[in-house]
Amino acid sequence: MGARTISPRALARGLVSVAVALLLWELGSRSKQWLGAGVFAPVRALLGALGFKETYLPCIGAVPPPSAVVHAWAGVIGDLGYWQSWGRSFLRVMGGFTVAMVVGVPFGLLLAVNRTAFGIAFPVFEVLRPIPPLAWVPASIIFWPTQELSISFVTFLGAFYTIVINVVGGARAIDGRFFQAARSMGSSRWDIFRRVILPGTLPSIVVGAVVGMGITWEVVVAAEMISGGGSQIGGTSGGGLGFFIWNSYVGGSYEQIVVGMVSIGIAGFISSELVRVLGRQITPWLRSR
Amino acid sequence: MSVAHSDSAGATPPATRGPSPQTSPAPARLSAEAGTRGAIRIDGLVKVYDPQGAAIKAVDGCSLDIDAGEIFMVVGPSGCGKTTLLNAIAGFHDITAGRITLDGEVLCSAERPKAAAGSDRVVVFQNGALFPWKTNLENVTFGPSVQRKLSKPDALAKARELMAEAGLAGVENNYPAEVSSGMRRRVEIVRALMNDPKVLLLDEPYRALDALTKSVMHEALLRIYYKNKVTIFFITHDLEEAIFLGHKVAIMTTRPCRPKSVVTVDIPHPRDHRVLTSRRFRELVQETRAAVHEEARKAFEAGEKEG
Amino acid sequence: MPVTAALSGPAPVTAGEITVSGVSKSYGALPFRKEIVRDCTFTVARGKLTVMIGPSGCGKSTLIRLLAGFERPDEGTIKLDGVDISGPSRDRQVVFQETALFPWMTTYDNILYGPRARRQVTPRTLELAEVLLDKVGLREFRGKYPQQLSGGMQRRAELARALINDPTVMVLDEPFRGLDALTKELMWDYCARLFEESGRTHLFVTTDIDEALFLADSILVMANTPTALRAELIVDLPRPRKLADIGADDRANEIKRQALAILHEEAMRSFTPAGRAGPELAAARATAEVNR
Repeated sequence: MGARTISPRALARGLVSVAVALLLWELGSRSKQWLGAGVFAPVRALLGALGFKETYLPCIGAVPPPSAVVHAWAGVIGDLGYWQSWGRSFLRVMGGFTVAMVVGVPFGLLLAVNRTAFGIAFPVFEVLRPIPPLAWVPASIIFWPTQELSISFVTFLGAFYTIVINVVGGARAIDGRFFQAARSMGSSRWDIFRRVILPGTLPSIVVGAVVGMGITWEVVVAAEMISGGGSQIGGTSGGGLGFFIWNSYVGGSYEQIVVGMVSIGIAGFISSELVRVLGRQITPWLRSR
Repeated sequence: MSVAHSDSAGATPPATRGPSPQTSPAPARLSAEAGTRGAIRIDGLVKVYDPQGAAIKAVDGCSLDIDAGEIFMVVGPSGCGKTTLLNAIAGFHDITAGRITLDGEVLCSAERPKAAAGSDRVVVFQNGALFPWKTNLENVTFGPSVQRKLSKPDALAKARELMAEAGLAGVENNYPAEVSSGMRRRVEIVRALMNDPKVLLLDEPYRALDALTKSVMHEALLRIYYKNKVTIFFITHDLEEAIFLGHKVAIMTTRPCRPKSVVTVDIPHPRDHRVLTSRRFRELVQETRAAVHEEARKAFEAGEKEG
Repeated sequence: MPVTAALSGPAPVTAGEITVSGVSKSYGALPFRKEIVRDCTFTVARGKLTVMIGPSGCGKSTLIRLLAGFERPDEGTIKLDGVDISGPSRDRQVVFQETALFPWMTTYDNILYGPRARRQVTPRTLELAEVLLDKVGLREFRGKYPQQLSGGMQRRAELARALINDPTVMVLDEPFRGLDALTKELMWDYCARLFEESGRTHLFVTTDIDEALFLADSILVMANTPTALRAELIVDLPRPRKLADIGADDRANEIKRQALAILHEEAMRSFTPAGRAGPELAAARATAEVNR
C-alpha cells in the first residue's frame, strides 16, 4: 500500500501511449472523412469482401471521436442537471457503501469469532451471494417503497458481500501465535477481540472497502439505467450518471454517452482513492513496510 | 570399514575410514581421473560492476590456487564479492581484468571476459533451484537427459545409485516440497554430480539450516566427496564449516574482495563430527577467528549484514 | 540498574521448578497418527538455565507448547512447583523463533500489553516499562512498529514484553535462529546477563551446541521423534560466562564431544526417509491445528 515512485521514462511512455491511443481513436472515428481517398482502395475492397460497409471503418467509425466528446462535455459542464447527476450517483454510492460497511464489518467479525453464528448465518449468506446484485433490481423495486431505496439496496448488496468475505477471511488469517501470546499474558476474550482481532483484521477490512467501493459504482450505474433514474426531476438531468448515459443513448446524442462513461470512471476513481487514503490512515503500521 | 578401489592409479588413495554407522560398502566407481581434474587458478581477478556508472569494485586483484580434487573453502562476510568469484568461474558473469584457468585451459580473461557456462562446472545455489513440478528423481536426471549424455536407463541407474549414497533412497518419487530442506540440498548436490563435473561450485548451500542439520549435511557432503573426489569450491560465512570441510580455507576481505590469508587445514581426511571437538580444529578456529571477525565487523559497519 | 532489582529484588529464587512426568503427545487421526512425544520425563531445575537440545523437528517445540499450556498432553503430567498447569498463564512466558510481536502496535504498546490486558497498570508498571526499554536498548525505538526493527531488536522487544509480566519461568524456543552470527553472539551474551542478574528459571531450546554450552547450567539432550530425554549433561562452568573462555575450556569441549556424539546419532535417524516423519507429520499437524 505504499506510494510507488514512477520513473520519468515510464511516465513518458505512459503518456505517449495514451496520446497515441487517443489519436488512433480520433482518426478511426473520422474514417468517413478519409476512407474515400483513392489510396485506401484496397482497404475498402477488403471491408467489402468481409461484408462491411465500405464508407467507414467498422465499429470505431460509428463511435464519436474524442474531439466531439470534449466538445459535448464543454457543453454539458454548464448544465446544472449534469452536476446533479453526479451528486445523485455519489449519494447513492455513499449511502449504499456506508450501510454496507456499518452492517458488513460487525457481521463479518461476528461470523469469524463465533462458531455458532457462523454455522447459522454463513450458509444463508453463501446461498444468496451468487445472485448478482443487479438481478435484485426488479425485486428491490417491488420490496422498497421508494425508487431511491430500491437503488440504494442494490448498491448495498454489491458492497456487502465483498466486505463480509474479506472481513471473515482477514480475521481467520490472523496467525495463531498472536492469540497464544495474548492468552499467555492474561488477555480476556474481549481484550483479545479488541486488541488482536480488530486491528489484525483492519487491513482486510480496508481491502474489502476498496473493492466494495468499485463494485458499488458498477451496480449504481446499472441500477440507474434499469430503473430509469427515479428522481422527481426528469429529463437527462437528476437521475444519476447511469441514467444520464441511458438517456443520452435514447436521445441519440452519442457524444454524451462517452461523456457519461468517462465521468463515471472519474467518479469511481475518486471514491476508491478516498477509501484507500482513509485506509492508509487507519493502518499506520502497514505504511512502514 | 575400508573402501576398495579397482583403478586407483593416479587417484589420491583415501585413508581408511573410521567406523561410520550409516555407510554401506562403496561401489568401485572412483575412476582413474578422480582427484586429478578441476584444478583452478585465479590470477589477479578484477571485477567492476557498472563501470560507466557507479563503478562498484567487487573483486580487486584476487589470486587463488585450487588444486585438483581439493575442497577449497572461501570465507567472508556477505556482500563481499565471494559470489562474484563463483559467478566468474561458472561463466554467469564476465570479468573486468585478470584470468581464470581450469586444468590449464583459459576459462576467461580480459580478452574473453565471460567463461562459457558448462556442465564441467556445476553450481549448487543458496536458495534451492529444484523444479517444484518434477519429482526428485526427475530433477536429478534433468541434466543428463537434456544434454543427452547418458541413455535414459543409464541415467536412472546412476541417479538411483547417487541418491542411495546420499541417503535419499526412498524419496526418489517424492516432490521437493514433500521432503525436508536437508534432503532437498542433497538432491541438488546429486543433481550436480550427475553431470560428472570437474568442479562443484557451492554458494552457501547450508546457510538456512539449523546448526545440527548443517553438521549432519557436512558429514554427508564429505561422504559424497570421498566417493567422487570432485573439486569443490565452497563459499560460506561460517568459519567452522569452512575449517571442518576444507583442505584449504581462503579468508576474504570485505568489498573489494581479495584473499586476506589462505589457511591449510592439516586435519587428515576422512573427517567426521568428532573433528569438531579435536584440539587441532579448535586451534585453527582460534587462530583464524580474529581475522574473520575483523572483516565481518567492517562489513557490518559498512551496512551489510552477515546473516 | 539490574532488571531484577526493579522487578522483585535480588532475592534467591524459590519457585519455578517444572516437572514433566511420562508425557506423551500424538497428532493426527488414524491411520496418520504420529507420535511426537513418548513417555517423556525430566525436570527443569528452579533458578537454573536449562537448555533443551535436539535435532530439528524432533518434537522440542511440541514440548514447549505443552509446557506453555497451549496444548494438553495425551498422557502424563506437567507441574509447576507441584501444581498441575492448566492453560497459558503469565507464570510461563514464551519467546518463540518467529516473532509474535503484534504488528499493529508500537514497541512500547507491545511491551505494555500484558499489564494492560490484566488491567494492572500502575505507576510502578510504567516505570518498569521504561527500565526494560532501556535495558533492551530500544528506548529510541519505542514508537516504532515491529517491521521497522531488525531481527535482533524484535527479539529484545519480545524479551521485554515477556519480562514485564514477571514470570516464574522464561521459556525461549530457538529465539536466535536466523540471526546473523554477530547479532547472535550479542544476544547470547545479553541472555546470559539477564539470567545471571535475575536468577529466574529459564528454559532455552536450541539445536546449536555452542549456544547451549555458553548459556546452560544443564543440557537436556532429546531424542529424535518420538522425543524423550536421552541424556542430561551438567555444565558447571563458572558464571558470568564469557564466550572466549568457553572456546578454550577443555571441560566445555568434553561436554560438547559427548553431546555431539548423541546428537549426531539422533539426527542420523531422520537423515534417511525411513527414519523421517515426512509429509504425514505435516498433514497430521495441520489437521490438529484446525480441530483445536
